[in-house]
Formats: sequence, C-alpha cells, structure tokens
Amino acid sequence: MMRPLVTLLGLVLLWQLIVTLFALPPYILPPPYAVALAFIQRGDVLLTEAAVTLAEMLLGLLFGALLGAMAALGLLASNTARRWLLPVIVASQAIPVFALAPLLVLWFGYGMASKIVMAMLIIFFPVAATLYDGLRRTETGWLDLAQVMTANDPRHRHRVLLRIRLMAALPAFASGLKIAAAVAPIGAVIGEWVGASAGLGFLMLQANARVQTDLMFAALITLALCAVALYAAVDFLSRRLLPWQADSHVSK
Amino acid sequence: MTLPLSSSSASPPFALRLKGGGFAYGDRPVLAPFALDLRAGETVAILGPSGGGKSTLLKQVAGLLPGLETPVAQSVAWMAQQDLLLPWATIRENVLLGARLRGELPDIARAETLLRRLGLNAWMDSYPAALSGGMRQRAALARTLMEDRPLVLMDEPFSALDAITRASMQDLACEMLRDRMVLLVTHDPAEACRIADRVLLLAGHPARLLPVTDFTTPAPRDPLSPAVLPALRAVHAALQEPLP
Repeated sequence: MMRPLVTLLGLVLLWQLIVTLFALPPYILPPPYAVALAFIQRGDVLLTEAAVTLAEMLLGLLFGALLGAMAALGLLASNTARRWLLPVIVASQAIPVFALAPLLVLWFGYGMASKIVMAMLIIFFPVAATLYDGLRRTETGWLDLAQVMTANDPRHRHRVLLRIRLMAALPAFASGLKIAAAVAPIGAVIGEWVGASAGLGFLMLQANARVQTDLMFAALITLALCAVALYAAVDFLSRRLLPWQADSHVSK
Repeated sequence: MTLPLSSSSASPPFALRLKGGGFAYGDRPVLAPFALDLRAGETVAILGPSGGGKSTLLKQVAGLLPGLETPVAQSVAWMAQQDLLLPWATIRENVLLGARLRGELPDIARAETLLRRLGLNAWMDSYPAALSGGMRQRAALARTLMEDRPLVLMDEPFSALDAITRASMQDLACEMLRDRMVLLVTHDPAEACRIADRVLLLAGHPARLLPVTDFTTPAPRDPLSPAVLPALRAVHAALQEPLP
C-alpha cells in the first residue's frame, strides 16, 4: 500500500523540480499546487465530465464484451462463420479507430452513442480473440470424458459447450476483458476529441483552447484515475468470480 | 481366441463381445483387428509397451476413435490417468457431471452415498484444488461409478499416484467395480496381477492381443504372494519377449 504513495510523491517532487529548474511558465507546465487548486476550484465540472466519460467507457465495455463474446461463440460454432468472419475481424483491426472517429460522429451524433460505438470497436477485438482462443484450447481429457458421458449425442452438445468449454474459457475471457478495460478510455476520449459536448476529452480540448493548462492536467489525471479504477474493478471481479483460476505467481 | 475358463465350466457365458476393425494413424497401422469377449463381472487387464496401441484400443471401445464394429458407446464409463475433475465445480457437482451433460435429473442422494463410501463425505462441497492426488482419484472413481454402466474403461487410472496410495486405490476400485466388466489398460504387471481376472498383452506392429495369464483366485491379491508370483513373472517375461 505504501509503495504507490512513495512513487506518487516522488513523481510530484520531480514535477515541481522540473518546473523550478527550467523556470517554466504555468501555461506550458503548471506546478503541482496549481493543478491541485484546479481540482478544488473546478471539482464539480471535473466530476460531471468524468461521469460522462466513465459511462461511455462502461457501456462500451459492456456492449463490446457482449459483441466479442458472441463473435467468439459464432466462430467456434460454425465453420462457415470461421471462414467468412475471421478475415473480416482481423482486417477490421487494421483500420485505425482514429480514422473512423469523424465518420462515427457523423453517423451517431455528438452525444454518447458515437463514443460508445468507438469504445466497442476497440474492445470487441481483444475480447473476441482471447475468448475464441480459450474456447479452442479446452483440455482434451475433459472433452473425451464428456464425449463418453453423452455417447457423442448431438442433442447434448450445447450442454458440453456451456458446462465445459465455456467455463474452461472464462479465465481467457477475463484476460480479454482486462485488456479491454485498459483500452476502453482510448475509444471514449478519441470520440470526445472529434466531436462532443461533454466528457473529460471535451473538457481537455476546451481547457487547451483557453490555455487553462492546470485544468487540462487535472482532467488528464482524472481520466487516468478513471482508467485505473475501471481496470482494477475488472481485475477484482474476475478474481472474485473465478477463484479456481489459481494465480501461481502469488506470494512467492 | 479361446482361453481356458478360469473359475469353472459353469461360469457365465460371454456377456459382451468387442470387435475392432484395426486402426491406423495416417498410413501407419498401430492396432490390428481384434476380438475380445468379456464375461460378466470380469476385469481384463491389457498390458503393453507405452505407445503400443493400448490407449488406441481403449479409445476405440469408448467411441472416441472410429473402428469398433460392435458399438458399445452407450454402455461404457471412462476413467483416465488424470482425474479430469472440473476445477470450477465442487466434488459433488463433478460426480454429477454425466447427468448434467445429458440434461437428466441428477440423483444427488446416490452421488452422496458413493462419496461417503469412498471416504469423501467431508469434501463434497470442496473444490478439487483442495484435495490430494489420491482423494481426487477417488472422486474420479465416484464419478465413474455414478455413470452406472456395465463396462468400465480405465486408462492407467492409478499410475500418477504414489505407491501406497496406488495400492489402496487398486483395492478400493476392485471392491467397487466387482459386478462390472472392466477393461484396464496398464503398463504395470503388478497392477494387472493385483486386480485383473485375466491379463492380455497388446504388442507388435500393428499391435495384437495375446493371452498371457488367467487367475482363479478373487482379486485383489498380493502380486508378491507365492501363489501369484509365478503369474507376475510370466507377465514380466511376456512384456520383454521379442515378438514372433
């Protein structure tokens, strides 16, 4: 618990040192206390905008994960889907989301929808890829056992998928979700930069235009906190819900 | 293949005939066509060098590989070298897996009775990770028995256990599987002599089934006792013999 605090203190000191040493004006790099002041004075604004961005990230994560899970199951279930869908999914990742952002804003408007779609597009791929991998790598002994138990009857196949393959793939799915949680803020903020009327990304643009660098930093730190909180929540939940996924790395 | 009847001329007739059409991986034949008659309640051990087609034969009987001419897939239970317990399910749920996968109403009372008889009554709600290797294999045995099938296929089920646990598991399995037909694949002559009524050798390229020895005394028996030792020697010798 102490270590992050020490690291934080060290960073703040370094920051102050750079400001003092190079005599930087506050509109280039505001000193730590100015940013702290911005947090206090503009706290309400930061909180409202953070709520918008957080909602975009969470909804993007939810829908992106659902879409990714469905794609993974579809890829597993049908050879046809695998042949047609897999190249499309891979190719879709070759298009930078930055390039799509203006189009998405045009189609889905300046509100939350375009940001959620953007986050979904980023989140979809790691979730689909990791879950699909997990579904394919089921311990063959379990599948043999299930095949003997069901006499390989196709009427029971969906239960084998649900009770064995999907359960066995959940740790891989959790890894995908963690990656997704880490990239979700990118989608939301890009969307806000391209066109928005609310959110931390929007606030940063506004502050930038008015040379309120201290507020910009405050928004940036808030965004980082949101991203870390989202990741920590997903990590905590996946540990809590998948207790059998032993961490062989723990307490050594 | 005619074998001298072990117990008496009044022993039950063959209860099950297994006929396999042989098996090849690519163009490399590993298993020759075979015919194996099992008597009711009989335990047959199949010995052979590793990679010699033992597991292939067992998988063919289980329906995991094609080529069995007398399909028995509906009437077999399977026990492997690994316990194959699902780590996310309690021991009780693991024992009920077969019924769950078939969408049947599980007989929880029977599962608990079985677990109690196997000394796992304190562990029904535990997850497999909390159990020792021996306990896990007992849970796997409970899951196998829960399937209640006339033919039980065992693929080196005790080879991952330490010597003492293995001996007690063998005796326990022997007792619990008394009324069933068991096809046991093993590379351990002592295990075969301890729990099988009949020992066959699977060897050659492609592998063929050859009779080695029959036992007249009931299992489990001490493989090092004077009455069994000659049979153990014979099995050892058969394993090392160059093939005709």
